[in-house]
Amino acid sequence: MTFAVVVFPGSNCDHDAEYAIQHVLGHTARFVWHKETSLADADVVVLPGGFSHGDYLRTGAIARFSPIMADVRRFAESGGPVLGICNGFQVLLECGLLPGAMLRNRDLLFHCEMVHLRVERVDTPFTRAASVGQVLRVPVAHGEGNYYAPPEVIDELEADGRVVFRYVDASGAVTGEANPNGSINGIAGITNVARNVVGLMPHPERACQEVVGSADGRVIFESVVGSLAERGAVHAGSR
Amino acid sequence: MKARVFVTLKPSVFDPQGHTIAEALHSLGYGAVGDVRQGKYFELDLDVGSAAEAERLAAEVADRVLSNPVIESFRVELAVPPGGAS
Repeated sequence: MTFAVVVFPGSNCDHDAEYAIQHVLGHTARFVWHKETSLADADVVVLPGGFSHGDYLRTGAIARFSPIMADVRRFAESGGPVLGICNGFQVLLECGLLPGAMLRNRDLLFHCEMVHLRVERVDTPFTRAASVGQVLRVPVAHGEGNYYAPPEVIDELEADGRVVFRYVDASGAVTGEANPNGSINGIAGITNVARNVVGLMPHPERACQEVVGSADGRVIFESVVGSLAERGAVHAGSR
Repeated sequence: MKARVFVTLKPSVFDPQGHTIAEALHSLGYGAVGDVRQGKYFELDLDVGSAAEAERLAAEVADRVLSNPVIESFRVELAVPPGGAS
């Protein structure tokens, strides 16, 4: 199975994603420079974390216009699984593949810490191996993760079951203290109508082995591997 | 021709930076300062023939790139140099 990890100038979690995919899960991770125009034989696309284009203007605002993004859009619209992590999530918001926008964290601080995430939905390719209500311990590292959308969009996301992850405390309860950035309803990750595009601020790729403090993030990658294997959608020639 | 673009958060969107600045001003004793909203300011140098074209172009890039319509709105001002168009 081949994962395309898109690399923008300023991406800095691209190697973390590659490590998780290739060395922890044993699949193929291929870096795709943002100036390329084709994802080629990718089965999964990962937009990694970092500070694309220095976060100038707005987070993800410049990366959105990168040449590769036309093919990312085509891939997403044809049902291919796309995962946006942190800055990758911000890029998905800016390009409109997911609704909403990011504001500065409510306390204006950059939060780099372990958080608890509650899995709300298992009908996405990135959560199907998890269970509803499962609490994952994964890190966040961002200054602008305060998810915002107009009230009618929040209502639609909630009613349609498109909030995939929420910040919770260790017992799985949504609380103000457990929310690192002020996101509405403790939203940490969402999906699109078709459920194939998922964005989240926390970093599951940095929590795939106990040696780094948690292996809870593995389920995200194992989910998509299982999803594609079940669909028989893996490109011939990739493992 | 130059255009100025002001990008601000929509009134319905909480501005954590503006709020923090307002709190700082209040703690300094500036009680007469009410709310503070922080925004962005851009100067665009435009190679166009008319004010109308400058306004149209500035608005297009403000809408497409400089602002995020989910959270922000923008305003365009043309800066006409003394003595007419440049």
